[in-house]
Amino acid sequence: MKYLTEYRDGAKAQRLAAEIRRIVTQPWAIMEVCGGQTHSIIRNGIDQILPEQVEMIHGPGCPVCVTPLAAIDKALAIASRPEVIFCSFGDMLRVPGSNDDLFKIKGAGGDVRVIYSPLDAVRIARENPEREVVFLAIGFETTAPANAMAVKLAKQQGITNFSALVSHVLVPPAIETIMNSPGNRVNAFLAAGHVCCVTGFAEYPALAAKYNVPIVVTGFEPLDLLEGIRRTVLQLEKGQAKVENAYPRVVSEQGNRAAQAVIEEVFEVTDRGWRGIGTIPGSGWRLNSDYREFDAEYKFTVSDISTCESPLCRAGEVLKGAIKPNQCQAFGKECTPRTPLGATMVSSEGACAAYYNYGRFVHLERPAIAEQVS
Amino acid sequence: MCLAVPGKVEKIYDAQGTRMGKVNFGGVIKEVCLAYLPDLEEGDYTIVHVGFAISKIDEESAQQSLRTFEELGLLEEELEELRETDFETGVSAVSSSPKGSSPSGTES
Repeated sequence: MKYLTEYRDGAKAQRLAAEIRRIVTQPWAIMEVCGGQTHSIIRNGIDQILPEQVEMIHGPGCPVCVTPLAAIDKALAIASRPEVIFCSFGDMLRVPGSNDDLFKIKGAGGDVRVIYSPLDAVRIARENPEREVVFLAIGFETTAPANAMAVKLAKQQGITNFSALVSHVLVPPAIETIMNSPGNRVNAFLAAGHVCCVTGFAEYPALAAKYNVPIVVTGFEPLDLLEGIRRTVLQLEKGQAKVENAYPRVVSEQGNRAAQAVIEEVFEVTDRGWRGIGTIPGSGWRLNSDYREFDAEYKFTVSDISTCESPLCRAGEVLKGAIKPNQCQAFGKECTPRTPLGATMVSSEGACAAYYNYGRFVHLERPAIAEQVS
Repeated sequence: MCLAVPGKVEKIYDAQGTRMGKVNFGGVIKEVCLAYLPDLEEGDYTIVHVGFAISKIDEESAQQSLRTFEELGLLEEELEELRETDFETGVSAVSSSPKGSSPSGTES
């Protein structure tokens, strides 16, 4: 396939890895924020061809993993109602709530449907006027244009039996939280290419300057990732902290203006709880007051939510990059993709599931990382 | 979740006032919302996420990136030398990856 296969070339990957090995002189820890990039790094063995001085730390950029437990429990309560058709992206179905997951609700007779596009949920609502259709609208900035458009079209077309349970999260506040967390080891970031494809990257130079970290906008194919890492290491070795775009075929500095306009029309910034991390101020989007009648949180009063996490699960530390999945005692034992204790073991983009599925069972020690980039 | 796949726009049309299109992903054709790319034309390549085209792929940048990977300022001999070094220290992809995994970059 054009624009995929040419970025998976093995010989060129070797060449990029060799170039990184040539330029690196000391240990660096680089965080890829996005779960899709974590998955690609582990699946393609990029962590294994990098020189040992370059450590990839896996970030919190898996929306399935960070959707707060209270939101999952609300989703489960709404999906259990007989009048509701509950629509969700497939990866949310096995995410553990306090007691159940969406699969169990479906098994118990709930009408839970997996959809490919948010527009499918709007269509289902149009075709089932006697039912209430609720869409679980999660995601980072990448997914926001699609989710916002679904709500906008529902309003435009007068589809009043459609609503969205929104739990959107934003990347830049998460980067700040990671840099401010005690014991942080991150020296640089690979910024998520598809997030920037929507938002652009004008917001990043201030972050790079404030925390003195290079931020390189990076794609998802093996060569894209290696090129992002190469440019990051180059900056680290030179003592620079700039924003660079290593994914220019898809990302422009200004991003997608038409998408930004619809996001602004439909959403507003809100504080958001991140599962395993806690509440991050201004780190989410919710429907604004013009779209309140499409907000499932207002449409369905869901009370009696008291959340309960597994005491064994260390997903929060994994999401902040404090530990690797295989450093958790429960990894591969009590916790597997079939019996997940935390959401990071559910989603294919969760770091725990990626480590499990691609055989990273043993933790290998890396050289100690220098205190701070000078 | 933020996975987005490149595809070729085969057809553009209007459905209930919304700009839609048929996009070909290596032989699989899906209906995609094109509302966010008003300038996209049939024959263009686009990146699609959950049924929405979010960016037009810039052919010139794509070629430029590939040229960078090709060049990288390394001579073939140097490369050979590096490969030998990797092999001796046992840190190359080939020697360190576990059996059964399929790391990219082993088919050199």
